[in-house]
Amino acid sequence: MWYFVSPQIVYGQDAVTRLGQLEGKSAFIVTDANMVKLGFVDKVKEQLSQAGIKSTVFDGVEPDPSLETVKKGSSQMSKSGPDLIVALGGGSVMDAAKAMWVEYAGPGMKAEEINPFTTGLGLQNKARLVCVPTTSGTGAEATWGIVLTDQAEQRKMSVGSRETMPDIAIVDPQFALEMPPGLTAQTGMDALTHAVEGFTSSWKNDISDGLCIKAIQLVFQYLPRAYKNGKDMEAREKMANAACIAGMGFINSMCAMAHAAGHSLGAVFHTPHGRAVGLFLPYTIEFIGDVREELWAEIAYSIKLKVPKGKKAAPILADAIRGLARGVKEPLSIKETGISSDSFNNSMEKLVDNAFADFQLVTTARVPSTEETRKFLRYAYEGKSIDF
Amino acid sequence: MAIKFGTEEWVKAARAELNKSQAYKDAAKRWEGDMYFIVEPEGGLKETLVTYFDLWHGECRAASAPADESGKTAAYRFWAPLSVWRSILEKKLDPVQAMMTGKLKLKGDMAQIMKMPRAASELVECVTHIKTEFPE
Repeated sequence: MWYFVSPQIVYGQDAVTRLGQLEGKSAFIVTDANMVKLGFVDKVKEQLSQAGIKSTVFDGVEPDPSLETVKKGSSQMSKSGPDLIVALGGGSVMDAAKAMWVEYAGPGMKAEEINPFTTGLGLQNKARLVCVPTTSGTGAEATWGIVLTDQAEQRKMSVGSRETMPDIAIVDPQFALEMPPGLTAQTGMDALTHAVEGFTSSWKNDISDGLCIKAIQLVFQYLPRAYKNGKDMEAREKMANAACIAGMGFINSMCAMAHAAGHSLGAVFHTPHGRAVGLFLPYTIEFIGDVREELWAEIAYSIKLKVPKGKKAAPILADAIRGLARGVKEPLSIKETGISSDSFNNSMEKLVDNAFADFQLVTTARVPSTEETRKFLRYAYEGKSIDF
Repeated sequence: MAIKFGTEEWVKAARAELNKSQAYKDAAKRWEGDMYFIVEPEGGLKETLVTYFDLWHGECRAASAPADESGKTAAYRFWAPLSVWRSILEKKLDPVQAMMTGKLKLKGDMAQIMKMPRAASELVECVTHIKTEFPE
């Protein structure tokens, strides 16, 4: 017995007009300063006002949101008393909004206590959550996972409950048009990593499988186009869909080692999430290797990647992903991200500790030991293919 | 030779497995909290089985199979029918998925569990090494 959870998804061009059809009295928009500058918040407010819904804006979410930001937001939310929460932004904004939602509408639970074992939070009794992604992307509009940063401990924490799944996801590609090439690349690699890991995790299931394979195909086909020409609306729409589909897929089967390592790197060095997980993905494919060889072959087949008879699919797929990353100018090693070897070596134990404690390592098909984690990170620093 | 599930002999074997596991030590190095694992009667099991583990910073300091929970107030309590425990220990059911579907119930500091999910999975991995005889 397992669950498959997803929001209502409204997608395609003009999907944002769904906001104008909502019922409610007041909305609390969770976002960041950039969304205000780009005029996206005004678009959202305009739609809400068409539905007669007045809105308040909290634009203080930072990349890799902290527990402190969540508390600030939920406190303002409590003063405002909305019956609708609209998260407009990337994964950081959407995750922060989910955590604020629980602190505002839940049974006295703090963000760090949100867990998938406690049910009956009753969040919708007070407010519904609508997520509007502006990157393509974390897929957070279709997941119940929440990644927050504990700044004191310098680590990312994965919390969440099936009940922190947004009620509605509005996937409108117009918001992705403004992404610069670098952000397009990073968030695209995040979507790919979700899909590949969701397909191969130890919790994989038939429903997630179909979604993940589709997402992998879409990323390989449309990420290079979206990177090359940000105004390519078809590419933007396909990548927005890919990110959402990958989100739906992985949240019901979980991610794996690339996310554990990526969270760790991000917490210590503030490497953007998509860059970090995308960088680790080929190394984790090599590490997991034979344990999932049939699945690597299935993925290769789905993207028309030839695996010659007698050859293993894992290294061929890993190389193809490196090729995709290279094409969108993403680094292929930790060294290439600009982290010095001194800084890296000095932080090694913290990196290992963080990765080892990350939930996503639990659902990895081949779980590394502490020593293997250390060696893995060293190889990824140097850009050396995993051979153990 | 298989050891009867939930007996003093079984919990001693579990303690030994935990204390020789580097993976558990590493995963639980900051874990603080003792726990009861309660096996509810089902099928061939006519009475509740109570097992107790005192876990601290990667070490199992004590383990026992008391008659009931009156001796200590533990930080954590996990409870489920026999069939669920058996499925977990026979690796047919992931323990975290068991908790997420409500098959295995728990009470305790959720924030700590969320900070150290690997500790739970390594703990279960350790006890699966014991050749266990379950009541039929």
